[in-house]
Amino acid sequence: MAEAMARFGKKQLVVAARLSSGRCERLGFKRVISLRSEGQRGKCENLNTPTNISAYNSLKPPSFKLDKGQRQKDHVLKKPRNISAYYNLKSPSYKFDALEPYMSKRTLEVHWGEHHRGYVESLNKYLAKDDILYGYTLDELIRVTYNNGNPLPEFNVAAQVWNHDFFWESMQPGGGNSPILGLLQQIEKDFGSFSNFKEEFIETALTLFGSGWVWLVLKRNEKRLAIATTTNAVTPLAWDDIPLLSLDMWEHAYYLDYKNDKARYANVFMDHLVSWNSALARMARAQAFVNLGEPKIPVA
Amino acid sequence: MALRTFAKTLGVPSRVQQQLRGLQTFTLPDLAYDYGALEPAISGDIMQLHHQKHHQTYITNYNKALEQLDDAIAKGDASTAVKLQSAIKFNGGGHVNHSIFWKNLAPTKEGGGESPHGSLGWAIDESFGSLEKLIAKMNAEGAAVQGSGWVWLALDKELKRLVVETTANQDPLVTVGPSLVPLIGIDVWEHAYYLQYKNVRPDYLKNIWKVINWKYASEIYEKECPK
Repeated sequence: MAEAMARFGKKQLVVAARLSSGRCERLGFKRVISLRSEGQRGKCENLNTPTNISAYNSLKPPSFKLDKGQRQKDHVLKKPRNISAYYNLKSPSYKFDALEPYMSKRTLEVHWGEHHRGYVESLNKYLAKDDILYGYTLDELIRVTYNNGNPLPEFNVAAQVWNHDFFWESMQPGGGNSPILGLLQQIEKDFGSFSNFKEEFIETALTLFGSGWVWLVLKRNEKRLAIATTTNAVTPLAWDDIPLLSLDMWEHAYYLDYKNDKARYANVFMDHLVSWNSALARMARAQAFVNLGEPKIPVA
Repeated sequence: MALRTFAKTLGVPSRVQQQLRGLQTFTLPDLAYDYGALEPAISGDIMQLHHQKHHQTYITNYNKALEQLDDAIAKGDASTAVKLQSAIKFNGGGHVNHSIFWKNLAPTKEGGGESPHGSLGWAIDESFGSLEKLIAKMNAEGAAVQGSGWVWLALDKELKRLVVETTANQDPLVTVGPSLVPLIGIDVWEHAYYLQYKNVRPDYLKNIWKVINWKYASEIYEKECPK
């Protein structure tokens, strides 16, 4: 399993869940190639050939003249028995010490390796219990378990998995500076200037009470950028806005490096860590869903 | 009111003005023990940061908010007065909760961790079965708090019984029920344990019982619930 995860590490796979095929069809998701079966752990040679070789070797068209025993023996596509759905722990696209000295290797080791991993494992444990939640992508799972403000217990862990994935991508080594191109234009349009935005973002981070996140979101209905805060695990995905950047203001995100000095942490994030490249990419994608330009209505 | 405006025209410094208008500000209470006295349950580093930085920040911001509130009330500015309520609940609650917390802790040499005797001990056995069961319940609830908050052993004055409650952020216990008196409060904000226990909050909760000051809790209980 570890090998498989290393090989497919960057992609997040939802491996086909249940065993009885009837269930799979009812839920309507594609059955992805099984990654393991009993006795074949860790032997994933190639994504294209399944691990349960024996099933394929005995692939013969069923013969109608055979007796029952023979037919059972030639049963096509012997299904592996112990597949379960799982969400993979995606690793950041940079090494743990790449963000030094602004975010230490130790912080990343604990934050990613223990907190984030803990959330992923809890999520998989929840999913192992509850069939209804199979088949959703992570985004959909968050929306469903948010339950319009009355979150189900899976919400916290699912949302935190997503939030942390998003957070690692919102940072990069050599980050900071300022955005460029269309994102800069939109920020200037909605906040006045980039330095106004930066000030507002940092102030919002400092006045947040308790644990939470600070976001730069693109609001779908108002068609503009805004700064949003959420408590605990809540994410703007839950009310259908499009997040572009996030800053983790839970104490575990900065305590090892900055102790209680939130101001320094927020400033360092803005000056040295934030990845405007990923914000730009997310903005470009968001424009497929939100039309920010004025409609070009011809006059005569 | 006249005295206040008189003081302003004279250019009297604001702290004197505050005293003239009777605004009570708060200062950081001292601990009854050294920072390192609670080791190894809670490290000296954490105690020092927790007391000198976190608690002090709550007090500073609480005083600031009170000043602003006082101004707003004097001017009759209702919307500002209401807007300040969340800052007051947060920072004031932080001050109140932490003041209780320091008294809830004691080094083992001075009785920390010793089981409660007397009426509180009987009440615990009656309400929860045994001290171990109470500890298990509080640890479970404390570990389950999402994000930041506190877990409390409280006395319900009206119903005359002990309850275990949790509050979010720095909400004081009275926000859960006006007749609740806090006996033991455990801070489960990450700053209370992160440097030592990282993300393993259950370990922190298990170990903190070794330095809990039951004597203080018994005193409060006997005061509120005299035999």
